[in-house]
Amino acid sequence: MWAMVQKEFRQLRRDRRTVAMMIVMPLVLLIVFGYAASFDVTEIKTVVVGPDAQAAADRLRAPFVVDRVEPASTREDAVDILRDGRAQAAIVTVAGGQPQALIDGADLFAARAAVNALGQAAAQAGQPAPQPEVLFNPDLKTSVIMVPGLVGVILVFIGVVATSLGVVRERQAGTLEQLAVMPFRPADVFIGKILPYFLIAAIDLTVITIVGNTLFDVPFRGSVLTLALGATLFLFVTLGLGVLISTVSQNQGQAIQLAFMTVLPQILLSGLLFPLHSMAAGVRWIGYLLPLTYFIQLSRGVMVRGTPIDALVLPLTMLAVLGVAVFGLSLIRFRRDLAPGGRARTEAAEESTTVPAGAR
Amino acid sequence: MSGYGVTDLRVRYGSREAVDGVSFSVPGHTIAALVGGDGAGKTSVLRVLAGAIAPAGGTVRRPDEHRIGYMPAGEAVYRDLTVDENLAFSARAYGVRGPEAARRADELLERTGLGAARSRLGGQLSGGMRQKLALAMALLHQPELLVLDEPTTGIDPVSRAQLWRLIAGAAAAGAAVVVATCYVDEAERAATVVVLSDGQVLLEGSPEEVVARTPGVVVASAARLDPERSWLRGTRWRTWSPDGTVPPGATRAELDLEDAVIVAELERLPQGTGEVAA
Repeated sequence: MWAMVQKEFRQLRRDRRTVAMMIVMPLVLLIVFGYAASFDVTEIKTVVVGPDAQAAADRLRAPFVVDRVEPASTREDAVDILRDGRAQAAIVTVAGGQPQALIDGADLFAARAAVNALGQAAAQAGQPAPQPEVLFNPDLKTSVIMVPGLVGVILVFIGVVATSLGVVRERQAGTLEQLAVMPFRPADVFIGKILPYFLIAAIDLTVITIVGNTLFDVPFRGSVLTLALGATLFLFVTLGLGVLISTVSQNQGQAIQLAFMTVLPQILLSGLLFPLHSMAAGVRWIGYLLPLTYFIQLSRGVMVRGTPIDALVLPLTMLAVLGVAVFGLSLIRFRRDLAPGGRARTEAAEESTTVPAGAR
Repeated sequence: MSGYGVTDLRVRYGSREAVDGVSFSVPGHTIAALVGGDGAGKTSVLRVLAGAIAPAGGTVRRPDEHRIGYMPAGEAVYRDLTVDENLAFSARAYGVRGPEAARRADELLERTGLGAARSRLGGQLSGGMRQKLALAMALLHQPELLVLDEPTTGIDPVSRAQLWRLIAGAAAAGAAVVVATCYVDEAERAATVVVLSDGQVLLEGSPEEVVARTPGVVVASAARLDPERSWLRGTRWRTWSPDGTVPPGATRAELDLEDAVIVAELERLPQGTGEVAA
């Protein structure tokens, strides 16, 4: 038995990645769940509009935090602000009437907190509390916000896990070297390798959206093209991550480890399960570096709220920036894989031509 | 030098020099065999020649990548594609399409005896069948330079013979063939034999030239005569006698390529470094 124990420790010593995962992962999970796993909403970003806006803003108590007071704006303006995701709640005042509270139902936890807070305020004597009206997700159904998020998770899985395994399989089998000497440009191999995954992911996206719509009544209020653009950019990031993982993994086991380490933080810190604004600042900033964070903002915005493209410039830009960075890096590393030693394939010798090695 | 090949080739992996100053040439219609033990540098030379890695120095003469056929030592066949699909992929990659691709695939399948297995997955084939499929994939586009890394290692004698018929057929059709092998009897079929050891050329020439250049004599005996210069061939011992004397109890042996390769290795090794494993 001790022979087995000794052998196992010797093998583990050489498999630093597994050791790192065994030691680092519990720490990461502890920190994430300690600081990020919170459904408590302490602040609800609120805009107050209408003729009596200032007075209504002065009466607002926590968890409502007044972001802007716009006496000249109307209910329509307030709806637009919520649709664009610029606030989580809006108080609409009317001359001589009861103010109304519009709540963004796409931000489920903030919306529930807002409805509760308004109910409590109404219960207190002498406090004229605004009547709540939940927009976009009036029944505050979890499925309405989970399905658009799930679309992102599935795209991450296909992009990162399936792609990295597909490329590593080629390396592990030894066929990558065969591809390297075939008359393919590295870009041909790269695109040829990821295009099938891209198409499968696109079909998956369509199916999930349709099933979500018919089975779970998840609305689709925005533009299909905007979602398609966001999904394409997002897929570039995830497929790039998949290829990047494959270039630093020698076998499928290593690729799965790394893919797991990439996917897990995205599921936990992207706002899919726990609201980003409830997380501790340090952990939240990790969330801001993850592509799924921006895709979820985009898919929930487009599908649930019908957010127009001009209000989604930030997530689209962030996905584009991450896409260029990750995809570019993976392409560089993949080229190096296919052309070890910096071999310039375009300079392959013509028949019977001498190629001075130093000049290549 | 005429034909394809390398001159003064150097290959380095990190700080380790795997190939140091190797030169050889193989014209069309001929086969050159690279012979050597593990770590001799055969695979590195072939990888450079096929274009899989860049050399650290020297010159490489090879055709355009469309006209190279390469069969690496490892897996060259997709296990999750059928025999037909593997061949179709290779054909398309090299720009052979339509009826011409089908015709060549049919012909190769017939010559390799894989015709009955065309819809079987690569992973379901025996080792020998997989090697034959890999060779068929390397041959399908009728390359001018065929680079084969130990194509017959680990397979049965019948399959070996079939593979060699295909290799000889490719050379007869005009290809320059470079084949690495650890079977010296196979190297005897080549026009040129390059014996590598520790990344350097130990011997080079036709099999007859290589045998003729062996210094001293090789003797055969029932008993082991010299722990450092004797090796077993079949049931009898052979011993290299550098000064040409035939010890009592021994007879002068008819030298072949295998003896010549072993003697070349012994000659290179300083005395007292151990015995021959052959």
